[in-house]
Formats: sequence, C-alpha cells, structure tokens
Amino acid sequence: MINYSDIREYVEARKEFCASLVDTALETAGQRQDLNAFIELFASSARERALECDARIAAGTARPLEGMLVAVKDNIAMHGRETTAGSRILAGYHAVRDATVIARLRDAGAVLLGRTNMDEFAMGSSGQTSAYGPVRHPFLEGYVPGGSSSGSAAAVAAGIVHGALGTDTGGSVRQPAAYTGTVGMKPTYGRVSRAGLVAFASSCDQIGPITASVDDNARILAVIAGRDPADATTADVSVPDFPSAVTAGVEGRRIGLPAEYLDDRVPEDMRSRVRAIARRLEERGAVIRDCSLPLTRAVFPAYFLIANAEASSNLARYDGVRLGTAAETDALHDRYVHSRSEGFGREVKRRIMLGSRVLGGGHEQDWYGRAQRVRRLVREEFERTFGELDLLLTPVTPGPPFRMGERLADPMDMYLTDVFNTAANLSGLPAISVPAGKDAKGLPFAVQFMAGAWREDLLYAAAGAVERLHGGEASRGDASRGEASRTEKLG
Amino acid sequence: MDEPNAVPVIGLEIHAQVLTRSKAFCGCSTAVADAPNAHTCPVCLGHPGALPVLNAAVLRAAVLLGRALGSDIHPRSAFARKHYFYPDLPKGYQITQHREPVCTGGTMAFVGSDGTEHDIRLERIHMEEDAARLLHRGDASLADYNRAGIPLLEIVTTPAFTSAADAAAFMRELRRVLVYCGICDGSMERGSLRCDANVSLRRTDGSPGTRTEIKNMNSFRAVERALNWEIARQRALLKGGKAVASATLLWDEDAGEARIMRGKESSADYHYMPEPDLPPAVVTQEHIDAADASIPELPLARQRRFLEKYALPALDAEVLTAERSIADYFEDVVRHLTAARTDSDAGAVETGMRTVPAKFASNWIMGEVLRGMREAGLSSPPVEAARLAELLRCIGDGTVSGSAAKRVLAAMAESNNAPEEIIDRLGLRLLRDDDTLRAQVREVLNAHPKQCAAFYAGKEKLLGFFVGQVMQRSGGSADPKRAAILLREALSRHGDEDANASSPSGKGES
Repeated sequence: MINYSDIREYVEARKEFCASLVDTALETAGQRQDLNAFIELFASSARERALECDARIAAGTARPLEGMLVAVKDNIAMHGRETTAGSRILAGYHAVRDATVIARLRDAGAVLLGRTNMDEFAMGSSGQTSAYGPVRHPFLEGYVPGGSSSGSAAAVAAGIVHGALGTDTGGSVRQPAAYTGTVGMKPTYGRVSRAGLVAFASSCDQIGPITASVDDNARILAVIAGRDPADATTADVSVPDFPSAVTAGVEGRRIGLPAEYLDDRVPEDMRSRVRAIARRLEERGAVIRDCSLPLTRAVFPAYFLIANAEASSNLARYDGVRLGTAAETDALHDRYVHSRSEGFGREVKRRIMLGSRVLGGGHEQDWYGRAQRVRRLVREEFERTFGELDLLLTPVTPGPPFRMGERLADPMDMYLTDVFNTAANLSGLPAISVPAGKDAKGLPFAVQFMAGAWREDLLYAAAGAVERLHGGEASRGDASRGEASRTEKLG
Repeated sequence: MDEPNAVPVIGLEIHAQVLTRSKAFCGCSTAVADAPNAHTCPVCLGHPGALPVLNAAVLRAAVLLGRALGSDIHPRSAFARKHYFYPDLPKGYQITQHREPVCTGGTMAFVGSDGTEHDIRLERIHMEEDAARLLHRGDASLADYNRAGIPLLEIVTTPAFTSAADAAAFMRELRRVLVYCGICDGSMERGSLRCDANVSLRRTDGSPGTRTEIKNMNSFRAVERALNWEIARQRALLKGGKAVASATLLWDEDAGEARIMRGKESSADYHYMPEPDLPPAVVTQEHIDAADASIPELPLARQRRFLEKYALPALDAEVLTAERSIADYFEDVVRHLTAARTDSDAGAVETGMRTVPAKFASNWIMGEVLRGMREAGLSSPPVEAARLAELLRCIGDGTVSGSAAKRVLAAMAESNNAPEEIIDRLGLRLLRDDDTLRAQVREVLNAHPKQCAAFYAGKEKLLGFFVGQVMQRSGGSADPKRAAILLREALSRHGDEDANASSPSGKGES
C-alpha cells in the first residue's frame, strides 16, 4: 500500500481514489484473516464514508486526512460500536459516544476501517491475551506481532490501512511497531485526549498512531493532539506542525546514548546497530554524546507498581451490575465473583491482584507512595538530561521479536520486553519507535528516540532522518510482503 | 468494669449536598427528584473511557464554607479514589479527597444544651461525589443513578461532643450556616444533609474507649435519639463487664434502635489511591477574595446582634434568624419603619413603636407572617418588607386597629396593593377626628346616665363598656385607644364641674 502522504497529490489533483482504496483494503483484510488483526471490519460504513471522501476530494474541500484509512484499537470508543478492549467482560458493550480522538479523525476526513484486536485491557506484550484469539505477525510466520496494540501494528504492517490508533501504557505502541517494522509514537502525557479510551493505567495511558511512514504518523498526531475539555489531564499546549518537522533533520541536535539502555542485557548485535545509527546521524550533523540515567534501574519496578495499582482501580467498574457480561446469579456477592472470574482473563486477573496487593491493607503509602516518589525522581532526572540534550537514542526492546508461545510461562520475562519503554510512560515524556533495518537474523530492528515534554517535533525529525537512512520503505511490512517469504525461511 | 461516670466522646461526619446546577464531575442536572436515571451520562454511570472534570462551583462552595468557618484553605488539594464494591457505586470507587483535603481545621460556634456557646474544632472539609440511591422493593433492588455524582462537602469534626443533645444542637447550627451560605438546602429528611457519628466512652481514668460508628440518622431528632441509644448501649456493656466491639451501626428510627451493619473483622479496606484522572484542585487568591465577599453574617452572630441591637427577647432572635431570608426580611421591615419615622410622622406615638419598633415588627413577623407562610406553604413572606412596614405604620399612627390589620395583611397578600388602599376599601380606617369622636362620646354618656353614675361611684371598669358603645356608634371606625382617652377626659370633666347635675349631658345642652 502507498503511504497516505504519497497519495495526497491525488487529493490536491481532485482525483477520486477513496472508494477503490477501501475496496482493496477490505479485500486485503479478507485475505489476511489469518492475522486475526481485526475484531470487526466496518465494511459498509467505510464504503459509505469513502464516497463522502471522494465527493469532497472532487469538490476540492478535502480535509487534512481525507480518505486516509485508519484502524482503531478496540479500547477506543466509537459511537454505536462494540468496544471490548479484547475482553470477554465487555462483550456486548456498545459505546454511547465517540472518543475525542475518533471525533477528530472523522472531522479530518479519515475512514475508519475497523477495530483491531489487542491484548486484553492492553495488558500484554505479544497479542496473545485477547479473548478474541491471538494476533499473528504479518510477515514472520510463527512470531508474535508484539503488543498490546497487536492488531493495529499488524494491520498497518500488512498494508491493510495507512495508519492505526494504538495505546501506549508501557510500550504498547512502540514495541509492536518495532516488531512489525512500523512507526509508533507515544506522545507526551496530556498531548492526546484519553476521553473514550478504556483506561488501563490512567497516569500512563496515551493514545498514539502506528503508521508505515513517519510522515503519516505526524499527520495523524497533528489531528488527534490538543487540549480536550473532556479530559482534565490534557494540557493547553499549542500543537506544532508535526508533518513539517519530519524533514527538519538532526543537524545540531544533541543526541544522548544512555549507558543503562545499552548494557549487556541487550544483545551485542543490537547495541552495535544502535551505535551505527548514531554514527550515521552524526554524519548528518547531530552531536552524539554518551550519557547516563542512573535511576533507570528503578523505573520498571515503579512503573509496574503504579500501572497495576491503577489497573486494579480502573477495572473495578466491571462488576456485572451495569456493563457488559454479567453472571446469571441473584446474590450480589456471587454476581461480582462470577462476573469477574469468568469475564477477565488470566493476565488481567494477575494484574488486578498485584494492584490490589499494592493498595490494600493500608499499604498504599508503603508501595504506591514510594513508587510515586521514584516517579518524581525519574522525572527530575529526565528534566536534567533534557536540559543538556535534545534527544535520547535507545533500543526499543532488549531483544528481537519472539515466537508465539514463548515467554508466556514466565510473566516477568514477558514484562521485561517493555523494559526500555516504560521510562517514557512513567515520566510522561514522548518517545517514538522507528524501523532501522534488520538485525543479523533478518528480523525487524528499530530504535527509540525520547525527548523532553511536548517535543514530539524533535522525535519526528530524528525518526524522519532514520527513515531516510534506510530508504524509507526498506524495512516495512507491506514492502516486505515479498520479503516475508525470505524471512520465513530464516525463521 | 462498671464506669457510670464514663464520658461520651462523639465526633460527627456530615455530608452536605452542594446546591449546584450540574453534578460534581459531569454536566448532568442535579434534579435528583426527577424520574429515576433521567440525569445520567457515561461519566456518572462509570462507562469505560468516561473521564471526570471538576465542576468549579463545588470548589467555590468548599472554599466559601472553609472561609466562613476559619479553616486553612490549601492552594492545592488532591482527589483520591475510595474503593468498594456495591451497586450504588458505578465506577467501583468514589471520587473523594483523602490525604490532601481542600480545607483543614476551622471552628464553629453553637449554643449547647446548657444554653451557653461552645466552639467546636473541625478536622477538615473536603469535596466528594454522592453514590446512587438504592431502593429495595420486595425481592428487587433498584438503582437510581440521578444521585450518583451529586457534589458533596464532607465536614468532619473533632471528637469534641460529650452529649447527644450537643451533637444535635451542633447539627442544627451547621445546617443554619450551610443554608445561610447558600451551600446546601439543609434537608435531612430528603437526605441533602446527612450525618454519621463516632461514639465511644472515655473512662474516668482518661483512657479512651472503643469507637463505634453510627449511620442513617435522618433528622436532628434521630441524631439525638440514636446517639443516646448508643451511649446507653455502650454503658450497659461496660456495666455488664463486657467490652465494646468496634462496629458500624445502622440507626432504625421507626424501631428506635440500631443494628450492626458490619463488625471490625469485616472492616472496610478502601484501597485509597490518588485520582489520576483529575489534576489537583487549585485555589487562587481570587477564589478566596470571592468567597470572602460572599460570606454572609453567620446565623449565630446575627442572632447575637438581634439580641443586642434590637433588644429582642432570646426566642425572637432565634426564630427570626432560623432562616436567612426571614432575618433579612425582619431587618428590611425595621429599616423601613425607622426610615419612615425619621421622615416625618409623629403619629407613631401611641403604639410604643417609637421605643421598640423592632419588637413590634418581630411580633408581626413571628406571628402573622410566619403563620401565613406555614399555612400557605410559602418559602418567602407573602408581602414585601416595605409593604409590611407601611401596614405597621398604619397601626402605629392609628389608621387601623391591630386586629383589623390582620385582615388587611391577608388582603395585601392577595393583591399586593398599598395597605391604606385596602384599609379604605374594607372601610377599616379608624376615626381620628377628635371632634367627631367627642360628639360620639357625649352621645354615649348621655344615653347611659346610670352607668355614668356607677362610674363616678367608683366602678371604673365601666370605661370598657363606654368604649364598646363608642365603637358601636362609630361603626367600628373609632380608634378605641383614642376613644378611651376622650371618654376619660369627658367623664372627669363632668365629675369636676357638675357634681350636682343629674346628667353629664348638661354641659352641651344647657
């Protein structure tokens, strides 16, 4: 599939393309049902919508995303549509309002193609905890697409849509983007409204785009970003012209390589690839510096504690009284027990129990309070760091994509695939995952950039530079549909 | 261990529904009495993805109450989640304030059961949301989420009360303060004002007793009864050598007793945590200035002032300050009366209005006005303060009699016409022309020689009889007080100059 930025010229030339694009997308989606990327395709509404887009294109009244095909992670509310968050307990729940991001996408002319499969309540890193079955990697047979925005990443990588909305609480946009060769943005906390997002860990959750190109990513973020009166945690900060930042380059940008993200937990091959990227950026005018973030060790434990505590709280509302699936029983206590026991999957129950343990028995201050203090310190450390540097360059994950079934037995092992992602969520800072070629085994390789608050423009500039290093399309899924056969042999 | 002298220690937790148009964290109406679940939305129903946004009016109310009661107002206060599973709680948690409430400390004065003023220290005042209302009908339980998300102020006192009567008196005073400030409508019956209490008995050696919590006291009377019941129960336990167990009790007003809702072993673990969906509530100097500008004179201070400034009896001061609108009304009437008097009128002599116009106004408001409001079910007086003052002037200057003025007031309530107009329409104007009145007096005395003789013989009670006769002759338009004065004049004159005359009428006719 062609990037949206590349078909914008059709829009300017008033050439109608959208209806046929939707037909092709639905056809591709049909061919790739094996991915289990979508829980539901909006075939008829997408076709209707496409006609409207074409009419606007013909009339010369096209909006910024006119005719862009977008898939939506199934934890983001769309009016009248079921919203399951990948859970049985929300089966049958139909949203009564559009999430703010959805309303903004619609107003910008995007065509919503369907809702994508995900780890249940966004708890998972492999797309295997959904009540609607596991999501498969679009071009690595037997591999996971990463998670929890698994279906969104897979749908983009398979070339079904231009972009997809994911949500990133502890890496859930960036990690699957890295595994599928797509671009994933986790914006600054408060940049994008959470109104209409099924909450996992409210103080960490952010909605972010997953796309095939950096430019498309910036286009989507530019539309969904900005203060929302319905979300008191959104900030009244101006939204820069993100798409124009993509080509800004890295000249003069001070980029740090934090030692804690390049230690021996990371395979030598990945480390040297990150350093190679740094050198190439240096050639393009960036100033590369080694740096240190000593608190990194404390980040994941603090994140894990806060995220699970908030999750146990946010999921308390699913009690079988008002929403979704309820157990058929008269006694109130039984109804709670059965609805929750049957409605939640294993991983979700584990998180609820961990979170309850942290908040219960009067231990709120011992655990949650201490984690909050760590969080403050980590924020301060990043503030100091971004006083001296513009960007940090790190691996996205401590290892390459893994196979289905791997890491399921050991939850800690699974959680640690996000270990380099959670600092951005804990500190609220923006981070982007951008493809950077293949590793020694030919598996997708990506790097992460982090920046100071509200500096997504710097991330897009750096990601754009990396994308250009790799010839744009080189590592991406659809370009690699042909490559898929090659990597399959490798796998 | 028998501790007959153990002292009750009572602390109160009061919940007051704040009079806002919309709920605490969403735009739904606060008209809870409308059809069940008429005022609900994804936010107050706890739908996934719905986020709370603080209604600024709730913060303003908290700051106002805090300033009125001398609390410390915190520039930044934080919201928290309090968790429990129950169908009245849509999200599985209540949004409240826990570690960082908007107000701490403060003092409220009230008149205790001993008739003297006491100051009660407050622990805190914080903002939170109400839960849904559950109705149990037979086998079914119904939930009305109209009440879910209604803003509440929780006011927590120090455990400073030593009797049920004082606790109830404090509640009455707090209600008055809340209503005066326009924060709450103060109805315990409808549940817009609610009270829970902690009760323990402190032993004579000073050691504290085990605390129980008592809930569901839905009237001031229930507060007093329930606390007395619980104090007696704890005393009886101690007397029987048993220990008081920590528990939460539910008061049943009809049965006149409480039952245990949950014991200590099942004591709630609320899993408090900061509310991540809401930024801290920020109180600025502008908030504080605005609150200070809108703090009314508090009811107890006003009651005191009424005693002193207007020299009113204690009962009058209390009744008139029970509601702010009535106290305002009273002061308006007095202001109009005194203004009118300085303007001109010397006619206010006879009624004593010159010395205590306030008491005169008070009598009329406490009597006729409040009775009229009660009977007609009105929330405000039926006639404007200025109009009532005009009527009182008419009584004062002898234009109308006190008893006839009641009829005039009733007519004013319907037409809002000026009292003098109504007096004339109803023909109630008193005769103040002394010449006419003197003529009538003469006629009466001439017509009743026997009674005159009896009067002279010392039967002075007959004056009333003569007044009655004059009133009759005048068709009710005579001012009875003036008539009495003129009668006395006439009788004494006759007595002096005409002791030999057989008839007092001699003077005029001879």
